[in-house]
Amino acid sequence: MAYLDHAATTPMLPEAVEAMSAQLTRTGNASSLHAAGRRARRTAEEARETLAEALGARPSEVVITAGGTEADNLAVKGLYWARRAADPRRTRVLASPVEHHAVLDAVHWLGEHEGATVEYLPVDTLGRVHPEALREALARNPHDVALATVMWANNEIGTVQPVTELAAVAAEYEIPLHADAVQAFGQLPLEFGASGLAAATVSGHKIGGPYGIGALLLGRQYTPVPVLHGGGQERHVRSGTLDVPAIASFAVAGQLAAQRRPRFAEEIGALRDELVAAVHAAVPDAILGGDPDPAGRLPANAHFTFPGCEGDSLLLLLDAQGIECSTGSACTAGVAQPSHVLLATGTPPDLARGTLRFSLGHTSTRADVEAVAKAIGPAVERARNAGLS
Amino acid sequence: MTETSPRTENPPRPLRVLAAMSGGVDSAVAAARAAEAGHDVTGVHLALSANPQSFRTGARGCCTIEDSRDARRAADVIGIPFYVWDLAERFREDVVEDFVAEYEAGRTPNPCLRCNEKIKFAALLDKALALGFDAVCTGHYATVVTREDGSRELHRASDMAKDQSYVLGVLDERQLAHALFPLGDTLTTKDEIRAEAERRGLAVAKKPDSHDICFIADGDTRGFLAGRLGTAEGDILDEAGQKVGTHEGAYGYTIGQRKGLRIGTPAADGKPRYVLDISPVDNTVTVGPAAALDVTGLTAIRPRWCGTPPEGSGRYTAQLRAHGEETPVTAEVREGELTVTFDEPVRGVAPGQAVVLYDGSRVVGSATIAATRRAGAVPAA
Repeated sequence: MAYLDHAATTPMLPEAVEAMSAQLTRTGNASSLHAAGRRARRTAEEARETLAEALGARPSEVVITAGGTEADNLAVKGLYWARRAADPRRTRVLASPVEHHAVLDAVHWLGEHEGATVEYLPVDTLGRVHPEALREALARNPHDVALATVMWANNEIGTVQPVTELAAVAAEYEIPLHADAVQAFGQLPLEFGASGLAAATVSGHKIGGPYGIGALLLGRQYTPVPVLHGGGQERHVRSGTLDVPAIASFAVAGQLAAQRRPRFAEEIGALRDELVAAVHAAVPDAILGGDPDPAGRLPANAHFTFPGCEGDSLLLLLDAQGIECSTGSACTAGVAQPSHVLLATGTPPDLARGTLRFSLGHTSTRADVEAVAKAIGPAVERARNAGLS
Repeated sequence: MTETSPRTENPPRPLRVLAAMSGGVDSAVAAARAAEAGHDVTGVHLALSANPQSFRTGARGCCTIEDSRDARRAADVIGIPFYVWDLAERFREDVVEDFVAEYEAGRTPNPCLRCNEKIKFAALLDKALALGFDAVCTGHYATVVTREDGSRELHRASDMAKDQSYVLGVLDERQLAHALFPLGDTLTTKDEIRAEAERRGLAVAKKPDSHDICFIADGDTRGFLAGRLGTAEGDILDEAGQKVGTHEGAYGYTIGQRKGLRIGTPAADGKPRYVLDISPVDNTVTVGPAAALDVTGLTAIRPRWCGTPPEGSGRYTAQLRAHGEETPVTAEVREGELTVTFDEPVRGVAPGQAVVLYDGSRVVGSATIAATRRAGAVPAA
């Protein structure tokens, strides 16, 4: 088996499993005042501090959520509502068109139901938002903008955005900028405090932590309107009893992800380069998606378009060979649609249907790359015969 | 009846099989049986609607998200890979548009036959073969027999009550060579298939059967056609050409239809009247007594043969509807057209439907009914 879908989810680190298992045997609600509650709270707060350190944030800036999707929704909807409440003119939302659906659909929903005017920022053929594009959009009328959201790095084609430059432009106009950093965490240096961002999303299961846990890094001056109302936990912006075992485990994974990042980026980046070379050797006309410069893309991401193929056919053929990867695109009723990311970069729809994303991770080996090198040529040939139905 | 060579059941060699899974119980059990027989099975659900409705209640079709999820769940339980293939565009062109055009022309099409001919055993099969599969497996009740010389024959299912060979009558030998119908030799009731599904842990065991046309969600064919073709008021005439009522579109009628005619003037003899003829040209529907529906023969076009086309005149049995009786006939192919003469007149034969010829249990071929010969006074449609 060659598991090359780490961007979907990556195996839990043994240390994270251990931390979670240890906590699962204990009881205590972190909001309780008795000894059990105090113990739980101490564990949760220590974990928060660990995460903050790993992400270059203050502990009070770590708002725990039940995953990346929730953190994205809290940032986008919560900041929109709060900014509009403070100034009713602020109804314009700026977003890159290559966002993950957790941001894209939240933004779209605001447009459909909350009176937002959604403006998609232009991207280049690599899927990158240029700071000047953000500046143009803001300068047109800085007073009607609620927030801007641009992901740190793209989940499909791996393109890294100039987040600090974008944040600097947003800061000039005093507009909060949110970045979905789910894919960036563990692969790129992440310093929330130094980034100038108002908010950033991270997720546990993409870095070797558990599912169902994530965080919104949230500047202390921001108070988004809650999406979930209840007991007032997490600065009153995210109610719900703290999931202490998951938080403890997330923190362990986060700490290791940050510590191991430089070496991970180097080693996995080299393996990724081998994979790209192997695919090009087997299929010379395969098109590498995203930034060809390794400095501009996630080290673990390789994304290809295979002209004349359907991504689904390739997936089926590779799966039968024990190679697990993804087309990288979203599904509607399980039906593959051309990726919105590729369409935004100007890829013609027919081409955009023939994509595959290989994403490496901490368990990836040269054998995985060799398996792809061996299987990809015949698979592409066969998928081309099957054509685009 | 010709003797067939001894039947060989599923070929012993393990095949790479693509199982079409609708989300219903039959196709799930078929896929499970194929996997159990040692084949390397991959499940595929065909997305046939461009805009899949979410969780439809009541009528069940094959185009909902729920069906896709049910199929996926069944595949997971069987332990086979599962994919959803989008054949909506092909389905729209080859099945839905054809369906509408046929009704518009005053005929009564069978979209299930059309789907088997153009989608399941054409678009799907071709793609499957290109991807390295050996066969497509479905939950149809029919039997493929491999003769000693390697050629294939399509036969009725072991259980005549569930036989679906009629809707597969459009398959040629090449298509049959790559078809797998694991339910064909099932001598069990539907309840027993459901029990088998239950035993296999398939949650679709209790799912209701689908009856209606899958792309007409609410089963209202006339409403669907009205939406596509608009309303066009016209006259309902009796056999003498006297106006007896009005209709809102001749396409809404099928020859032999009795219900829903809404005729104001009663028949002279007081007996029920039936649709005898539909004329799209002058937008009239002709009605008359049951006896006038008697047909002595028909001609049919676009014949498709399971194997070598028959030569000269021959004796067969014919089936004219999906759940119809079979009737003895003499049939002859001339210049690509099939002429069928019934031993005894049959009632209510609608152009557009398929006539499937059988030699004993063997499917000889099928053709689309173009015109009928009436015993009575009404001229052929």
